[in-house]
Amino acid sequence: MLKREFGKSRGRGPLSDKIFKIAATVAGAYVLAVILVMILQLGWESGPVWQKEGIEFIWGTDWNPVEGRESYGALPYIIGTLVTSAIAMIIAVPLSLGVAMFVLTAPKRIGEPMGYMVELIAAVPSVVFGLWGLFVFRFYFKDLIEQPLHNAFGDSIFLFSGNPFGLDILSAGIILAIMIIPTISAVSRETMLAVPQQQKEAAYMLGSTTWEMFRLAVFPYAKAGLIGASIMGLGRAVGETMAVTMIIGNATGLAAIPDSLFDAGQTMPSIIANEFIEASPASIHVSALIAVGLVLFLIAMAINVVAHFLVTRMLKIREGAVNN
Amino acid sequence: MSSTLLQNSRDKRAEYRAMFKANVKNRLLVDKIMIGIVITCTLLAIIPLLWILGTLVYGGVGALSWEFFTQEPGAVGSGVPPAIGPAIQGTLIIIGLSSLIGVPIGVMSGIYLAEFGGGWFSKQVRFFTDVFMEFPSIVLGVFAFLAIVLIIGHFSIWAGAFALSLIMFPIVARATEEALKMVPYSVREAGTALGLRKWIVTLRIIIPAAKKAILTGILLSISRISGETAPLIMTILGSSQFFGGFDSPMDALPLRIWRFSLQPYDEARLSGWGAALVLVLIILAIHIAVRCWFSRKNTDKGFISRILKQRSV
Repeated sequence: MLKREFGKSRGRGPLSDKIFKIAATVAGAYVLAVILVMILQLGWESGPVWQKEGIEFIWGTDWNPVEGRESYGALPYIIGTLVTSAIAMIIAVPLSLGVAMFVLTAPKRIGEPMGYMVELIAAVPSVVFGLWGLFVFRFYFKDLIEQPLHNAFGDSIFLFSGNPFGLDILSAGIILAIMIIPTISAVSRETMLAVPQQQKEAAYMLGSTTWEMFRLAVFPYAKAGLIGASIMGLGRAVGETMAVTMIIGNATGLAAIPDSLFDAGQTMPSIIANEFIEASPASIHVSALIAVGLVLFLIAMAINVVAHFLVTRMLKIREGAVNN
Repeated sequence: MSSTLLQNSRDKRAEYRAMFKANVKNRLLVDKIMIGIVITCTLLAIIPLLWILGTLVYGGVGALSWEFFTQEPGAVGSGVPPAIGPAIQGTLIIIGLSSLIGVPIGVMSGIYLAEFGGGWFSKQVRFFTDVFMEFPSIVLGVFAFLAIVLIIGHFSIWAGAFALSLIMFPIVARATEEALKMVPYSVREAGTALGLRKWIVTLRIIIPAAKKAILTGILLSISRISGETAPLIMTILGSSQFFGGFDSPMDALPLRIWRFSLQPYDEARLSGWGAALVLVLIILAIHIAVRCWFSRKNTDKGFISRILKQRSV
């Protein structure tokens, strides 16, 4: 009760305290103000392209910045973002769950350093991943994985049809997967830790093996948090810029809609990174790129809101549950 | 008579044992397979890190020299690995400026969440601070471009610092909040009992008590922004010269690495590896130092708030 009193001076306190409280509140409101101003400004500055293309901008496929024949559509980049993120999720989610389970069950002496090393991946800058992908990874990847896949399935499955080059949506997706593993594994480990110890012990007492304990006691209980952790990884994959820009091959317009996994593509962040500086200021080109940014902003916002909602709810359960 | 009974029960026991073994054998086998899969997952996740670090050291050490750290990049294709002097200088300047903007806002925002929070509004602030932490950084760059570069009419270091401060302040805010919450309530009561005003109690007693954790959060946010490239492309643009005033383009390490990657020369690639090695070493050093300094026990993601949360339980 005292805490509430301390927290809220009821209008009687000295002026300096009121000023302090107002300053703190303003700083707290700053994040909301920034988000609001951002939406308004992105919406306002992308106005010209919405006027010109209308809502069709979202499913248009042309991308022609030549003056006089200008035409813009964001669909190829939206598809590129979705496909690369999907590839990343398919690879990263199971791997991250494995990492989280390993760190939780392995002996501390091995588990903790391993978990820490996985988390260090998150500290490596995006541009370094790009450099490594561009100069090292893609050659090995092309020779050892893409070419054999192409030779084996190229004729029968359209996914593997194109000509492997190393700079394509599959390699971009793999790099993304590597980059989001630390995010997903850290958050899912946290939510798995939130499962009450009694529940795990109950499963062990019934004679479960470790795996059965996870299947019976941990996964069902932590389901919301695990989904939230994965969506958080998705949010990171959607917004990732530099590594993808350097590896995806940077096609534009209709060519950026991938026909196979070995096709060059383009994502929403990468088209902005590639063209924003080259575009002449105050042209429709810039406003089209800003509109792509607005779409990206809204998608990322939706993804992160859902993810944080799921994860915070999960962790709140822990606070309410019996504490160990 | 009794021997047949015994015989019977012995048979039954053997039968049950066989059934039990068959049953458990499969389950133990599944368990072993899962353990194998889980270990494979972890190794697969770690291989890229080791591979990248190995490549950086192998490819980058050759570029390192005194000139490499202090000279301007110079003309491309001249045979000498282009240097990264301006990039290092630029990275230090931009980190300083964004901390100048981001740290006060972040700390004040953390004070709000910890000391004045509890209501509906503070819940929203906390939630959106968390959400904002994961925002695509390139959109923040576009925003800084629109809000500053477009209005003042030229590329500006302040625009870059503003964009990076947007990445920085949510991390600092949440770290500060968690740090302040760890200070026992009796400390606040003691301060208030001395007749001190709330803002003096907060700034002179509580903040110093939570200093270490707040500094840790600031360091982690610095390590995060020092690797950011995307928002800098459209704000400070990049340049091959040393600092030339706040209203002109400036270089930064990640930007320079990106430029090197676009140049088709072997020596540019060598410099790229060298610059990446320097950048990664700085960031990893911050991370590892923070970890050793703050706590040896916690194995959590970079965000200090999470570390603190686990520690307080």
